[in-house]
Amino acid sequence: MTISEQIVGDLVANDIAFVTTVPCKQLGGVIEAVEAHPDIMHVPANKEDEGMGLCAGAWMGGKRPMIIMQNTAIGVTINTLVTLTQFYRMPLPMLISYRGELKEPVACQAEMAVHTKALLAQLNIPTYHFHKTSDADELDAILKYTFMCNKPVAILTDATFWGGY
Amino acid sequence: MNRSDILRDIAPVIRDHLVVCNIGLPSQELHMIDDQPTNFYMLGTMGLASSIGLGLALAQDKQVIAIDGDGSVLTNLGTLPTIANNVADNFILLIIDNGSYGSTGDQPTYAGKKTSLAAVARACGCDTVIEVAAEDTAQALTDALASRRMTVIVAKCASGNIKVPVITKDPVVIRDRFMTAIRS
Repeated sequence: MTISEQIVGDLVANDIAFVTTVPCKQLGGVIEAVEAHPDIMHVPANKEDEGMGLCAGAWMGGKRPMIIMQNTAIGVTINTLVTLTQFYRMPLPMLISYRGELKEPVACQAEMAVHTKALLAQLNIPTYHFHKTSDADELDAILKYTFMCNKPVAILTDATFWGGY
Repeated sequence: MNRSDILRDIAPVIRDHLVVCNIGLPSQELHMIDDQPTNFYMLGTMGLASSIGLGLALAQDKQVIAIDGDGSVLTNLGTLPTIANNVADNFILLIIDNGSYGSTGDQPTYAGKKTSLAAVARACGCDTVIEVAAEDTAQALTDALASRRMTVIVAKCASGNIKVPVITKDPVVIRDRFMTAIRS
């Protein structure tokens, strides 16, 4: 079983049935597995705040949602996270490609990486960081925690976790 | 007719359906005209009424009407390709197009100038797009609900606002009441 299949297995085991994504090379395998899974409705979004709106609607309609995006999206979505997801107290697991960490080849990605955890901390968003493959063993518990407390929760996955570029 | 006139006209049509209503004056006006547990009022997050409405329509079977504005659709223009490519025949997007940002003091939008949101929606791939005059909105909405086809309605109206109180309901109360109505 690949790590992408393991992750999607955890999503399905936690009844996540609506996933919105923006494209990402690191998360490409997960996105493909989401698209292929018959129990998941996959709705690609053009921008991450739009995706969070889709997730809010899907959750109110009875489908557990997830958004898959890059950490640059934290900069795009602060208003939505605060005034929609948190204000109305909605759960939203965010599987995030943590660009700009060790093994990053593109300098500009480091500029957002240095702000990522600080922004998430400022927003009081519970944040987990997958660096080693075994860190993904906690995903099941993180998803259960997210739908227990009805909060947005960040799961940062860095290049080392994905095996480098 | 302005936006609040349209909302008064359509209130009997939308009363029994799930409604996601745009931030600011549209939600405040609908709340004052005909508050219903089937209404989800956006208290913030400009631009996402159509996205929330589409997500809701895709997740369950009841008919959903998202009431949006021209300024808000322009803020989240990426919503139109997403709507077009994820067809939910229980979804209606009603864009009340008054050519202005009403909630912030009627500054003009580009939709009131050269940009046609109906033409944009068609170019994005939305199959059923109807542009109507304000007074024909209730009938267009009634027809769209009966057709059970995903429909984008652009209702052209005059700008201008009425005095209306802000919504003081707690967001979690609005959301919980709405979810209970969805499940009932």
